[in-house]
Amino acid sequence: MNISRRKMLILLPAAAVAWESVLAGTPEASPNYKMTDHWWGMLIDVSKCIGCGNCVRACQTENDVPDGYFRTWVERYHVDDTHLENPTVISPDGGKEGFPIAKEDAGKYFFVPKMCNHCSDSPCTQVCPVGATFIGPDGVVLIDQKYCLGCAYCVQACPYGCRYIHPTKAVADKCTLCYHRITKGLTTACCESCPTGARQLADLKNPNDPIHEFLKTHNVQVLKPQMATGAKAFYNDLDGSVR
Amino acid sequence: MSALKDARHLFRFAGLFVLAFLVFLVVRHYYVPKSFGQYGHYRGASIGEIAQLPVKFAGHQACEDCHTDVVAKKNPGKHAHVNCEACHGAQAAHAQAALAGDPTSIKPVLPDTSVLCARCHTASAAKPKGFPQVDPAVHSQRLPCETCHDPHSPGMDAPATAAGGAK
Repeated sequence: MNISRRKMLILLPAAAVAWESVLAGTPEASPNYKMTDHWWGMLIDVSKCIGCGNCVRACQTENDVPDGYFRTWVERYHVDDTHLENPTVISPDGGKEGFPIAKEDAGKYFFVPKMCNHCSDSPCTQVCPVGATFIGPDGVVLIDQKYCLGCAYCVQACPYGCRYIHPTKAVADKCTLCYHRITKGLTTACCESCPTGARQLADLKNPNDPIHEFLKTHNVQVLKPQMATGAKAFYNDLDGSVR
Repeated sequence: MSALKDARHLFRFAGLFVLAFLVFLVVRHYYVPKSFGQYGHYRGASIGEIAQLPVKFAGHQACEDCHTDVVAKKNPGKHAHVNCEACHGAQAAHAQAALAGDPTSIKPVLPDTSVLCARCHTASAAKPKGFPQVDPAVHSQRLPCETCHDPHSPGMDAPATAAGGAK
């Protein structure tokens, strides 16, 4: 294509105007949703998880997660009496199709669903060089995939291994806490499809949310508290061997 | 005067510097998105973009608005706390079709109970002890589960004794 200098001078401002309208972005999708009224987290009750993999399948459907990548996954721990600090952990295909049958033998077994902890002092957002990942005003850690360079610094920074580089988009991807659902008053896809209520979406800014009573009355932990990430995925009945 | 004359090359340099700074400001104006910095060091409009992604799971409320007969059967039973889409899969498209007035245009596929029930109820030492579990081979000689159990209210005894729970 041949563009003369004259044409170029006309085209450039036109392109600039078009680019400006692209950058202006889209208005907020849910007019009734006030970001400042919420502080989202998740309650995960390990004692209720049966390892069916419903959450993993639901998440992949809802968020078009590519095969072999996981925004949430389930791990099965086997803690032997003699190796309390070295549990055997398996997660075949993220636990998507369930787990092999565990025989009643020495030690204990349990399932631990994992996902983005939506940390309030998240290491992943602190390392992003371009401001493509951030903690929203409602406490959800999100990725601006139009702005992400795909440098994977955040993937390394997450102590929980919750991020990956999307194989076709070549940008960072992770759990959005089903942001497109919770802003419409729905719960997340994993909570919606969990048959035992092992996962509960929690709004810490809502004084009527049952999470407050639950946190007061149960042995709740977060993963890797020594990392001081301010994790908001609260685990009930978590075994000490879980890292 | 002569001192100023000697410094002329510095003024030229300063002029270039100011020009470069102006160019930087103009370029910056066009390349930094309007909403960058609206809430913090990120593009504020991206929040709205993520919130606009399509929903695939309609949520049990949407199901229960129409399927009141199933709700009536399910609520007193042991599966009261199991949401519809936990077994039936994502049904937002079906709910949308229902809103448009033609729910049968997108008809949900009935789940295969031999796979579905086994996922949760196959006995394993890893599952919580109180959770109902069976060895499918021994329990039913591989008969379809629904031969004896109604998936919406699977208890074999009177529903009043079943331990349903709030959603």
